[in-house]
Amino acid sequence: MAPILDINNLYKNYGSVEILKDINVAIEPGDFLVLVGPSGCGKSTLLNCIAGLEPITGGTLSIGGKDMTHVSPKDRDIAMVFQSYALYPTMSVAKNITFGMKVRGVDAATQESKLKEVASQLQIEQLLHRRPGQLSGGQRQRVAMGRALVRDPKLFLFDEPLSNLDAKLRVEMRSEIKKLHQNLGATMVYVTHDQIEAMTLATKIVVLKGGVVQQIGTPAEIYNRPANLFVADFMGSPAMNLIPAKATKNGSGTQIEIARDGAAPLVLTDTHAKNLPQDVILGLRPEDIAEAGFRAGEDVQVAECHIDMVEPAGADTFVVSELGGKQVTARLHAETGAESGKALPLAFDLSKVSYFAPGSGERLN
Amino acid sequence: MTDFTQSYTAPRRSFGQLALRWLLFALLGLFALFYLMPLFVMVTTSLKSLEEIRTGSLVALPRDVTFEAWSTAWSGTCTGVKCEGLRPYFWNSVLMTVPAVFLATLLGAVNGYVIAQWRFKGANLIFAMMLFGCFIPFQVVLLPMARSLGILGLAGSIPGLIFVHVIYGIGFTTLFFRNYYVTIPAELTKAAKVDGAGFFRIFWSIFLPLSLPIVVVTVIWQFTNIWNDFLFGVSFSQAGTQPVTVALNNIVNSTTGVKEYNVDMAAAIIAALPTLLVYVVAGKYFIRGLTAGSVKG
Ligand SMILES: Nc1ncnc2c1ncn2[C@@H]1O[C@H](COP(=O)(O)OP(=O)(O)OP(=O)(O)O)[C@@H](O)[C@H]1O
Ligand SMILES: [Mg+2]
Repeated sequence: MAPILDINNLYKNYGSVEILKDINVAIEPGDFLVLVGPSGCGKSTLLNCIAGLEPITGGTLSIGGKDMTHVSPKDRDIAMVFQSYALYPTMSVAKNITFGMKVRGVDAATQESKLKEVASQLQIEQLLHRRPGQLSGGQRQRVAMGRALVRDPKLFLFDEPLSNLDAKLRVEMRSEIKKLHQNLGATMVYVTHDQIEAMTLATKIVVLKGGVVQQIGTPAEIYNRPANLFVADFMGSPAMNLIPAKATKNGSGTQIEIARDGAAPLVLTDTHAKNLPQDVILGLRPEDIAEAGFRAGEDVQVAECHIDMVEPAGADTFVVSELGGKQVTARLHAETGAESGKALPLAFDLSKVSYFAPGSGERLN
Repeated sequence: MTDFTQSYTAPRRSFGQLALRWLLFALLGLFALFYLMPLFVMVTTSLKSLEEIRTGSLVALPRDVTFEAWSTAWSGTCTGVKCEGLRPYFWNSVLMTVPAVFLATLLGAVNGYVIAQWRFKGANLIFAMMLFGCFIPFQVVLLPMARSLGILGLAGSIPGLIFVHVIYGIGFTTLFFRNYYVTIPAELTKAAKVDGAGFFRIFWSIFLPLSLPIVVVTVIWQFTNIWNDFLFGVSFSQAGTQPVTVALNNIVNSTTGVKEYNVDMAAAIIAALPTLLVYVVAGKYFIRGLTAGSVKG
């Protein structure tokens, strides 16, 4: 199937400053693409380029199989929800939602029925006569969604629509957006800098840093096989443990040696990894380090570690041990007997391990 | 902001505080009287007969109130050779001021909208030049303007005066609207663009409805300036197209024989009435508009 959105070699400069560099993204109908990255990395700019609100400096962009590089926003068949919602302050909620249809000359009866449909879908029927100034944050967010939904476009664009909401409402709206996506089967591009939002909503994630795409993949790919140190560190909470280590060839596998302060080095044997350079950074998520006996598998290796800190967090207990000069976090079950200051055998699940080159940060396995 | 109205209860004041308060009121009253004095003299004088003015004191109330001076000022007194009162000139001023205010405000609104919301190359330079235009003294433009009006065939006509005032007003009106529109988030324009609205549609449906406070400020400012203008009026008009300010000057200067102070005063009040009216009607919006911030979407 032809991609709904196809971005090729897109560049965007503001004056002489390069904001976006060589972006290539394609998404299929029904995809939920999430753009993540730290503040100022160019997420909103990319979204504005897709919408046609900012001209692009280089490259091409097509929507629904048609070249849209120089087409104005109104002819791109898109709808957008803005970070600040951008509701028209002097219009009622109903007028806000129908404004786009009115501008496009849709007849009054259709406007009315579409408005009804969207209002009941978003449960804002009782707000239709109010002004945006008389709404709460969550209600405004719904109205902004409604303005996009009545349009029934090829592509929905969302710029951090939940960032102004409090934590509880955010979780609620997040699952509502997910439901909406499933019910509509619509194609969406969604900007956020919240990596949990990215993981829960996306069918596909683009990680941006400094205007450069770091990795494109499914949430599982991004989470399990990050392409570089930046992605490994950025996605996941608590973050992936990134431990400096020495690798030496050992038969068909590799022996990994992690230095420890005031103790013998921790030695693990990875039977799969090949051709690693001598210096590597070993990446292992906290949940892939368990208490010995609670994780089984042929790639699980147990080693005694000194526990520096124990942090119960309800469902799990996190323990911290210093390895390779880093505070390494392991996620244990809640009833663990781990005590700080004591040694504890920990199981390292090497089937989930990532290796990175310390210099370039690129993934090695 | 904290809401004081709920919890506020008047605290007991000591005698000293009370005295201070009354002193303050007395002082304010005194200043108000001082400023109102000339108006008082004008109004009372205009209601006296010439006979009474000659014999009575300047600040005395009129013994017999007569509106004769007012009717003379409106329709009988002489400005130079003609003796038809202020009336024709008053209408000249209306015909000049109303379109000039309307056009300057409209153009300022569109300019401000473009400069604030549709950033283009050189927008800042153009804005800077317009600002500069605000501060060019009137006298400097007199000769070039006279020449331009001649070339355009507008010399000595009311459309010519409208033209001058619109040109001179655009700088200020653009400044007002630009500063107001700059506070409106750019995402509003973006949202409307995605909704399919074009340049004028966005202006008309989204920006103008937000603009009441700044429109009031601009209209008051322009109305006062244009109505009260004398220099352009005297320079670019001819017999029959003079605005009321010029006519007033002629009335006061051309009286031969006895000086009709009552008529002069009545004429001056008539000439000032419209600007006063504008303030009374729209004054409360003026302060509000000057301090108005942006709108939360
Ligand atoms: N109009 C502009 N002119 C010049 N530079 C701009 C302009 N708009 C954005 N930038 C710059 O482009 C970069 C990317 O901005 P952008 O708004 O896309 O970031 P973002 O990823 O959306 O960040 P956030 O998460 O904070 O919203 C920033 O460094 C910003 O300073
Ligand atoms: Mg942004």
